[in-house]
Amino acid sequence: MSALRPLAAAAAALVVAAVAIAALGLPAGAALRALAAGSLGGPAAWTATLLKTAPLLLTGLAVALAFRCGVWNIGAEGQLLAGALAATALATRLAPGAPAPLLLPLAALGGAAAGAALAAVAGGLRAARGVSEVISTILLNFVAIQAVAWAVQGPLQEASGAYPQSDALPAAARLPALGRVHAGVLLALLAAPGAAWLLFRTPLGLRLRAVGHSPVAARFAGISPERHGVTALALAGALAGAAGAFEVAGVTGRLYQGLSPGYGYTAIAVALLARLHPLAVVPSALFFGALEAGAAAMQREAGIPSVATEVVQGIVILFSVGFALPRRGA
Amino acid sequence: MEALLEAALRLAAPLLLAALGELVVERAGVVNIGVEGMMLAGAFAAFAVAAATGSPALGVGAAAAAAVALGAVFAAAAVLGRADQIVVGTALNLLALGATGLALRALFEGGAPTAPGVADVALPGLAALPGVGPVLFRQSPFAYAALALCAGVALALARTRAGLVLRAVGEAARAADAEGVRVAAVRVAAVLFGAAAAGVAGSVLTLSQTHVFTEGMTAGRGFIALAVVVFGRWRPLGVLGAALFFGLASALQFRLQARGSDVPYPVFLMFPYAVTLAVLAFAAGRAQAPGDLGRPYAREGKAG
Repeated sequence: MSALRPLAAAAAALVVAAVAIAALGLPAGAALRALAAGSLGGPAAWTATLLKTAPLLLTGLAVALAFRCGVWNIGAEGQLLAGALAATALATRLAPGAPAPLLLPLAALGGAAAGAALAAVAGGLRAARGVSEVISTILLNFVAIQAVAWAVQGPLQEASGAYPQSDALPAAARLPALGRVHAGVLLALLAAPGAAWLLFRTPLGLRLRAVGHSPVAARFAGISPERHGVTALALAGALAGAAGAFEVAGVTGRLYQGLSPGYGYTAIAVALLARLHPLAVVPSALFFGALEAGAAAMQREAGIPSVATEVVQGIVILFSVGFALPRRGA
Repeated sequence: MEALLEAALRLAAPLLLAALGELVVERAGVVNIGVEGMMLAGAFAAFAVAAATGSPALGVGAAAAAAVALGAVFAAAAVLGRADQIVVGTALNLLALGATGLALRALFEGGAPTAPGVADVALPGLAALPGVGPVLFRQSPFAYAALALCAGVALALARTRAGLVLRAVGEAARAADAEGVRVAAVRVAAVLFGAAAAGVAGSVLTLSQTHVFTEGMTAGRGFIALAVVVFGRWRPLGVLGAALFFGLASALQFRLQARGSDVPYPVFLMFPYAVTLAVLAFAAGRAQAPGDLGRPYAREGKAG
């Protein structure tokens, strides 16, 4: 696999976005300087980049894994939020009395399970009723967004009732620090070789890829495309759910609306720029993590709305994969 | 009751417009999930142009033009380039969200104005009919346009040669090609038509419903329009029924909300998405889908 094309796509997308910003009469030079300084200029910027990279890595893997099986998981955003919601509920309401060493694993696994469950709804509807997972995973994103909104105004709202946010997670449920970042960043990094191993070195991975390559051929080989679609979605949901749990346990410490700036949608660009290869998701997530961190600085310092990053994401997708994806099977 | 039905049709209009456009696209064998982004681009273009010129009609034209520009990108990549349709649609959604957000900031720094609205039109005589009069004949022009488009698409698909060719391309592209139909040209035309409809649907939001533009204001309506096509079983009258069903659900939601109840606000906001999912679970099935839906077509001899 040539690395040149993705690099060219990323660079071209940045150029197009800068030209668009300039054409709109906004300060493109200042925007690019703020972008670079906010993502790579010094330890604080690197910290921000790595913190944004972790959820993009996990959700990017979630998208790539499902796409490899021919399943269009556009729902990583909702799965991430379900994970954050479940982890918060476990840590602040359901199990705060649990033994301290168990609280963090419980919250993380609960988050992964919630993400998997939400994705499995889409998988089940696809397998049993032929409902397009493209539409169902998107709709579930909106359901999850409103579920979080309801939770932080209702059952999970902080005891003081002052703001629509949850109580702070107890210390035992927080991810330990690793230098300037949290341990979830390392776990996310390890997930990439883990996913590669699953996909390329296990019988399940072979079957998932077989379904993605040709559902018809897979069926002749005795592999059920429907069942494996559910499996792929559940695995993807678990990864994205873990990303949500890591966000509340490692970064925000609480659940609130707007917890994710759209990591689950950016994840699609992450996966496609990586050509759906789990190991390539690492540099791809790093690129978009830097972009996300830099965009925050760009909004602060140059007054360019951070939504501009969506332009870069869209163009990266168009440039990088336009013509070279595995075809969806007949 | 009358007020409820009137509101249902009003709220159904943008969904119906977008879904009819997507129906034509899908009957040609193409899935465009970029409807959401095209609606958003239309909503913004309509708002910006109507606010600048004071003319809602120019706003509607700009909405169609902006969405058609996105449609051209989609057609170039997904039809002519045979890139995956879901991926290209996703890219357009992101692109539209970012571009409208940027343009809003660039053009309306320091407070956005409100766009002039489109007034309701009461059809003389008919509007006075008891019962149906106020529901059907004292409506936003967009509602009339959506109903007219529905009739037009239904007639065109069933009774014209163009409709026959379109359906042939969607059902069996290779067979249509063998009959001398230019598959790619038909699909490009369908995509551009769908884009224009989505753009006008977006303009309803800013010209008839809110009069201001906010980032990401379509909030999934484009995706619901996709579901409406499935629920309507890829038939114009089915799509009409499905869009009215969603319009009624939204109207009920607003009414219950206004009445004040113990149900928390976010649960109301969750309602349309959950209803859509439930409806799809009961009504879906690919049995009625066009045979070649979602499959890029390459003529023999070219790499596919």
